[in-house]
Amino acid sequence: MESKVELKTEKLTAKDFASDQEVRWCPGCGNYSILAQVQRTFPEIIEVPKENVVWISGIGCSSRFPYYMGTYGFHGIHGRAPVLATGAKLANPKLDVWVATGDGDLLSIGGNHFIHACRKNIDLKVLLFNNQIYGLTKGQYSPTSERGKVTKTTPFGSVDYPFNPTMLATGADATFIARSIDRNPKHLQDMIKRVAKHKGLAFLEIYQNCNIFNDGAFAVLTEKDTKDDNVLILEHNQPMVFGKNKDKGIKLDGLKPVVIDISNGKHSINDVFVHDEFDESPVRSTILSSFTNMPGFPTPIGVFRQVFKPTYGQGLTEQIEEVKKRKGEGDLEKVLFSGNTWEVN
Amino acid sequence: MTNEKELQIIEEVTVRFAGDSGDGMQLTGSQFSDTTAWVGNDLKTLPDYPAEIRAPAGTIYGVSGFQLHFSSENIHTPGDQPDVLVAMNPAALKKNLPELKKNGMIIVNSDAFDSKNLKLAHYDSNPLEDNTLDGITVFTVPITSLTENALKDTKLSVKEIARCKNFFALGLMYWLYNRPLENTHKWIEEKFAKNPEFIDANKKALHAGYNYGEMTEVFTTRYAVEPAKLPKGIYRNISGNEATALGLLAASVRSGLQLFLGSYPITPATDILQFLSTYKNFGVKTFQAEDEIAGIATAIGASFAGNLAVTTTSGPGLALKTEAIGLAVMTELPLVIINVQRGGPSTGLPTKTEQADLLQAVLGRNGEAPVAVIAAKTPRDCFYMAIEASRIALKYMTPVILLTDGYLANGSEPWRIPSVDSLPKIDVKLRTEKEGFYPYLRNEFLARPWAIPGTPDLEHRIGGLEKADITGNVSYDPDNHNKMSRLRAEKIKNIENDIPLLEVDGDQSGDLLVLGWGGTYGSIKEAVIKARILGYKVSQAHLQYLNPFPKNTGEVLKSFKKVLVPEINLGQLAKLLRSEYLIEVEQFNMMRGLPLRVSYILNKIKEIQGGSNGK
Repeated sequence: MESKVELKTEKLTAKDFASDQEVRWCPGCGNYSILAQVQRTFPEIIEVPKENVVWISGIGCSSRFPYYMGTYGFHGIHGRAPVLATGAKLANPKLDVWVATGDGDLLSIGGNHFIHACRKNIDLKVLLFNNQIYGLTKGQYSPTSERGKVTKTTPFGSVDYPFNPTMLATGADATFIARSIDRNPKHLQDMIKRVAKHKGLAFLEIYQNCNIFNDGAFAVLTEKDTKDDNVLILEHNQPMVFGKNKDKGIKLDGLKPVVIDISNGKHSINDVFVHDEFDESPVRSTILSSFTNMPGFPTPIGVFRQVFKPTYGQGLTEQIEEVKKRKGEGDLEKVLFSGNTWEVN
Repeated sequence: MTNEKELQIIEEVTVRFAGDSGDGMQLTGSQFSDTTAWVGNDLKTLPDYPAEIRAPAGTIYGVSGFQLHFSSENIHTPGDQPDVLVAMNPAALKKNLPELKKNGMIIVNSDAFDSKNLKLAHYDSNPLEDNTLDGITVFTVPITSLTENALKDTKLSVKEIARCKNFFALGLMYWLYNRPLENTHKWIEEKFAKNPEFIDANKKALHAGYNYGEMTEVFTTRYAVEPAKLPKGIYRNISGNEATALGLLAASVRSGLQLFLGSYPITPATDILQFLSTYKNFGVKTFQAEDEIAGIATAIGASFAGNLAVTTTSGPGLALKTEAIGLAVMTELPLVIINVQRGGPSTGLPTKTEQADLLQAVLGRNGEAPVAVIAAKTPRDCFYMAIEASRIALKYMTPVILLTDGYLANGSEPWRIPSVDSLPKIDVKLRTEKEGFYPYLRNEFLARPWAIPGTPDLEHRIGGLEKADITGNVSYDPDNHNKMSRLRAEKIKNIENDIPLLEVDGDQSGDLLVLGWGGTYGSIKEAVIKARILGYKVSQAHLQYLNPFPKNTGEVLKSFKKVLVPEINLGQLAKLLRSEYLIEVEQFNMMRGLPLRVSYILNKIKEIQGGSNGK
């Protein structure tokens, strides 16, 4: 890669990826952890010169993220981060373009852009800060809030059903789909590294605690005494086991997942569904995504699916090169004087 | 046996081809136009078609028309009313007959006048047989059966043969107006390169029509329109949309910037996206977005990253882009927004022309969000205004809205092709020096630096929140907001120092100035010429810059006792002029989805000036 050659000799540190702006999220906000993990991993994982890194966002608490990064940044308008990012990436394919967005931004007002960015496999890294609430407007339910959520706009409980972000991304054919949690810095760092390496649309859902308007939404996944029984850590080629004593597993009964006990002699580790991150079929990712809608199932974190196919940008660049080869470099004079011309003397 | 035919030289004629949406009238019209341009006539065209792609055959609402006005003199409009109507069925006759000039001529496909089609066109009796067409020269030609007869030896199916009848009609019109067939031959050969039997059949139909004129005794006279005296040069016939696309391409070449177009298909702007998508060998990137907002937002992203960024749309699409235009205003990024106006509001009249988006363009955003607004006045002017929009956007780091309209977009006229060297060169300075860099530091034009991602040491953040002066950091400071609002306004206002003065055609002061903007130029010009012939003292001026106005606009307005502002809206320019210059103007407004008729404007001039003015 030519960009590696350009890398400056002195090693960058987390500090190089911090801007001079004071961070203005509420004390205790999960976003601090996300920012810290990004800044910690970036010196290691960014393969392009720092000036080629761009952070783009929409509107919401999450979308203040670019202001705090010492890279190029663009704080856009509500829902439009994926398309602002698409334009930047297509205009200059050398850029490494990251999107910071929230559940309202990406899945409500920006839902259309998200699915189309997935479908087109635009080479973007999309980090969804999912706190299942509208924070910046002070506490209304979001498209990922659970049904029955009591908020300022749903005093009697919400009656709509939530989006399942990883299932949506699977359905829209995103080529990289993963989930992590703000309170699990090590895992989050691993996932950010994986995202950085992916070519194509990489989607990382991060469960992020809003300690003001939706505190504890993911407590069962982060508290010491409950997390092991409720989180399934996905690892490639490994059976899907979880629980404090690693005694529970996921078994596939046809296409239907069931939770089994592998310690009672009825089932063994051999019955457990083995994860394959690189499964071409979207079925596995869909099944894993469905767990969050099913009582008694653990919440998977890790890489749901990674597949490899040419990005939109690659296709576009190749087409331009091919047309140039076929038609020759553009000659404006020739184009202007083409068609049915005639001369007046 | 060949009959001796009289050849009559005429100065100008307006022809309208009309038929079912599936009859190929747009093709027939554009072929006739291309050949007419090629033989050296001046011409203007007006395609007029329904929004339905293939409305049920034979219905009035499915009628598609193509009008062209050609002349041995310079002309400015596609003609108010046709002299000649070619009607391929009863519905086409019914719809267009009221528009035909008194003593006009009609050529009809008599085969199509069966009871079913007559009923569909709501004719109680056959107009070819009753007195409906009294006073009109009517040529009834069994075009369908003559075409069938001419093609009976081909391998084409009955349906395919029927589709060739427009070429028969075209051939007949070529004979009637003494035009060569070779241009259309060439076109047929290219178009049907893969289907030799279609080449053969369409040429046969074309010749059959031509020979029919020559051989039959029905036609006793043919007409010739001599070449117009146009300035020396190489010409081509060009539509507004194609000119716009070429202008953007030229701006890309002349600025050295890659062109990025983010766009969503919308009538009547789609052609620009289609044309530009063919220029991949210039490195042009066209992105067909998922919606209008994605169209502009990808363009803004591309502008941030250093491309010449453009989005193209029509009225409803401009409404959807509104918020994003505000973002481009706040982030002060160069962006060209092209609005090919159509009839509104809402979905309105998708295929018809209108000028009712002027206020939307100038004012239609939340907050104080000034942008430059310019407008093209003729199809070929779209080329130059697309370059101008790019120049202003890049020099002033601002969104620029270029207004064209459905008439300019689809209408065509001869264009003297300029050499590339004669086009303005657009200087672009990307910021690279670290020393003294601030994202919102301004130059003498109040433009901020363009420091694009990938430039070492200039990492910075921009966005839609209010910016602190100079540093560009987020600022909620009251005085800063007041200052920045004024700076953004001043930057746009200053563009007035960088654009041509408003020129007055005719006396520089006097009783009446007719002032228009955009696509009404030709109609106003012709009305003014006719008024002068009648003895009226009338001057004309035409605004191509709507925000800011040319510096001398107020002065020009005050040099005339009366100012008439004809518009295809309910008085939007008039409103802006009144508020800007505190003067009264007379309005003439007509919203029929069509170019303003010369006669309407002329009548208004007469009404204002009365009978005593120099007559």
